[in-house]
This record gives sequence, C-alpha cells and structure tokens, in this order.
Amino acid sequence: MKHIRVIARAAIDRSEHTGCGECQASCQSACKTSCTVANQPCESKRVNRKEASGNK
Amino acid sequence: MVHLFEMLGSFFCLDVPSGSVITTDRLTYLLLMLRNGVPGALGELSTFSGEERAEAEAEIDGLIAEGVIFSPEIPDSVRLADGVVKAMCLNVTHDCNLRCKYCFADGGAYGGKRGSMSLDTAKAAIDMLLASSGTRRNLEVDFFGGEPMLNFETVKQTVAYARACEGAFGKRIRFTLTTNATVMDEGSIDFLNREMSNVVLSIDGRSEVHDSMRRFAGGRGSFARAKENALKFRAARGDKDYYVRGTYTAENLDFCSDVLFLNDCGFDKVSIEPAVLPAASPYALGMSNVDKLKGEYLRLAEEYYKRRSALGRDKFSFFHFMMDLSGGPCEKKRLLGCGAGAEYVAVSPDGGIFPCHQFIGRAEFGMGNVFDGLRPNGIPERFSANTVSSKDGCKKCWAKYYCSGGCAANAYNLNGRLDAPVDYLCELQKTRTECAIAVAALEASDGFGTADFGAAANKA
Ligand code: SF4
Ligand code: SF4
Repeated sequence: MKHIRVIARAAIDRSEHTGCGECQASCQSACKTSCTVANQPCESKRVNRKEASGNK
Repeated sequence: MVHLFEMLGSFFCLDVPSGSVITTDRLTYLLLMLRNGVPGALGELSTFSGEERAEAEAEIDGLIAEGVIFSPEIPDSVRLADGVVKAMCLNVTHDCNLRCKYCFADGGAYGGKRGSMSLDTAKAAIDMLLASSGTRRNLEVDFFGGEPMLNFETVKQTVAYARACEGAFGKRIRFTLTTNATVMDEGSIDFLNREMSNVVLSIDGRSEVHDSMRRFAGGRGSFARAKENALKFRAARGDKDYYVRGTYTAENLDFCSDVLFLNDCGFDKVSIEPAVLPAASPYALGMSNVDKLKGEYLRLAEEYYKRRSALGRDKFSFFHFMMDLSGGPCEKKRLLGCGAGAEYVAVSPDGGIFPCHQFIGRAEFGMGNVFDGLRPNGIPERFSANTVSSKDGCKKCWAKYYCSGGCAANAYNLNGRLDAPVDYLCELQKTRTECAIAVAALEASDGFGTADFGAAANKA
C-alpha cells in the first residue's frame, strides 16, 4: 500500500480463553504508577514468548 | 467507531473495537475524515488528483473489507468479581517523614492516627491473600504508606514469611514498593533490588518544583536527599523495573520540563501524573488547565520520540507513553481496569481491608479485616460492574479500551460517585493515549508519513 501503513491488526484479544487474570494489577491514580491499563503486558503472552524463545 | 488524529506531523486512525492502528498520508486522512462524517475535508481534497484519490480510496476499501478499520462494534464481555483476591496493597505504616502538600493520605495519617503495621498483621494479610487467590498463580503485594521504609523491618520479615509460604500454595508473589527515597542506605537498596520486582521512587522533577511540595516534617525540601538516594538505587538496579515518579500540580503546569529534567538526571524510567485535589486546593488542576497541559504532553511526545530515536529506546521510557500496539492486555483486562474492590484490595496498618489504598479509612467501604476474613459487603460486585461498558460517558469514548474508565477513587473523591469520571482527567487521558499510539506507531514504522520519513524515502 502506498498511502497507508498498517501498524497493528485486531490488537484487542476477545477470544474465549482470555481473562486468565494472571497479569499485573494496574492502578491509575496519581499516587501509584502501575496504571493505564493499555501498557500492561499480557502475562500469558509473556510466558508463551519466553517459552518460544527458549526453544531457539 | 474510529478515532482520527494528527500528531508529530503524522496522521493516525485507531479502530476502537479491534484496536487496529494505521498511519496514513494527508490525502487518506482527509478521505477518512470525510467517511467519518467531517465534511470540512472537502475543500483541501480538491487539491489532489482524481487518480490519487481513487488509489487511496481503494486502499481504504480494502482495509474495511478486511475488518481493519470501521470494524463492527462487538458487545463487551465483562468479567464480574469471582471472589478471588490476587493483588494487595499493604500500608505498612501510616507515618511519614515528609509532609507533601498534595498528599491524599494526609501526611500518611489517612485522616486517622499515625501507626505501623505489626508483623502479625502483615502475616495475616499474606495468609489471606494466599488463601483467597483461587487458581491465580501470580500474586502481587505492594508495600505502601505513609513511607514504607519507616517500617522496613516489617517489610523485610513479611517478604521472608511470604517466600516461605508461597510454594506450598503453588503461588509466586511479586513484591513492589513505593517510597519517597529519603530513607535508604546500601543495605536497604540491596534488599529492594533483590526482592522487589518494581520500586517506585517519588521525585517531582526540578528541585524547586519538588521542594515546593515535598518537604520534611520540619519544612526543609527533600529534593537533594531523594535524588542522591534514587541515583544510587538506579545505579545498583540493573535492568529490573523501577520508576521515578512525580506529581504535577497547578504550580508546575510546564511539567514536561520536569520529565525531561528527570531523564537528564540519569533516570531512564519516568512517570509524572496529574494531582487530583478538591477544586478548593490552591494546587488543584481543572478544565481551565487542560489546553496548557495537552500542549505539554505534545511537547513531551515530540522530545520523547526524538530522544528515543537518537539515543536508543531503552534510554527513556515515560510510563504513560508506553504501549504495545499489537500485544497488550486482553479485552477482559481492558474492561476490568485496576480491579480495586475485587481482585485488588488494600490493608490498613490495623488490618482493615478496603477496596484500594485511596479508600483506606472510609468506613462505608470497609471490607472486613485480615484476622476475621473478608466481609465484602457487596463491594466486589459493585466495583467490578463499574466498567466502561456500564458508564454512559465511557461507552461512547474512543479511549475506553486504553483507559478502562478512569479511577473510581478519583471519581468518588471529586464527583461523589464511583461511576462519574473526572472531566479534566478524561481529557488528559485521551491526549496521553494519542501520544502513546503515535510514538509506538512511528517507532514501529520507522517514521512512515513524517517529514523525516519522506526525506529518507526520497534519498533512497
Ligand atoms: S480505584 Fe483508583 S486509586 Fe484505587 S486502585 Fe483503582 S485506579 Fe488506583
Ligand atoms: S477517558 Fe473518561 S470517558 Fe473515556 S473511558 Fe476514560 S474515564 Fe471513560
């Protein structure tokens, strides 16, 4: 494509197996900094990624 | 729903239901605006040739057909409270050696008396967490206060106790600690670096900004001490997580300078957040500050992108600009947000359980105590149902899957209701989200659509 660059596709995972609750709690107040949910990593993807890289 | 915005000289389209992000050239951006019902784009569009327009239209149609943009709305599937508690804030002390002027915790006392958590109380809290966490394996405990380093013995022994117990339950506890960085020595830094998966050190930025707000009980500014300790801590931290975080108020509306100052001091991970204070406070922010503050976030985004491009991305992270556009949390997490009152609770020094650290001391939000167990009083149901899918303003908001509906405590403190987000914080949240998306998109595409990209492409 000449006019458009796709950066991310279907980034919000809505599939059945999600919602495991293993990811870090986030807090959006001014007194803590573990906030703004969108920058939380997904724990299950993190584990999967680690496992994948372990196979190299 | 799509959200179109310009930033850092580039054009972006976020597809809200899917989270897809595209960057475009000016022509395509105007065409998207037109399709999104903004007729104002027509005049400028006439300056492009029919051939170019047809080409861009075809690209847009292709992406619509693939469901990348203008994708259909999908009903949200909210995960309601299931009785599991997996994260806990332990207020190990309600005492503090500082008297920060904006402190929501009343100099650490939370409107009550100053006091420290005994080891027995902390152990009972850990027992409760281990027993209440269902099948969740990864648990979190944040040491908070007051200044938790004033009760460092309890912190150390609580960690040792939890480490001894977690295995039998098949759990792994991540510890974090939030400190004003004025009470640290080599021994405690070593402990924190070993045991804490994240440490948050509070510094507001430039020395005069910091010292105006963050003073010792005797009145002296705490900047010099906090900076010196935090730098020592940073040097010993290696690549483990930490943040130097600050609060900006009506006294430093030019807070971008504070973020850059902290980065210049040698801190690579920085977070600065708006103060949330009643309108009567002389330091309170409000809607009248929003234009200026948005300008500061834009200024920061520009400098941030530049610094990261020039020095390396690992040299500067600003908490609110960090976003993994293609990964990131699943839908259920985006709807749940902080989880306060449900999977996240806070414990006061005497063992009382509350929805989160900001609700500590508010009897109407009491959820029992760590000795007799959770008496949730319907609070988990109430908090977990309070999502972007239930709040009218949030339902229509393009930033909902990034914001999760704002902080319930801020809503309650300023607007008297858990479900009434604070207007100026919404505006800032939206600007920060745009900045984060823009920076992440430009970094992922090597600056596609920017003037620099055009120059590089022409050279090639
Ligand atoms: S309600 Fe607000 S202060 Fe409490 S945990 Fe949630 S975001 Fe943080
Ligand atoms: S920015 Fe405001 S309206 Fe939008 S989702 Fe967040 S709290 Fe709701």
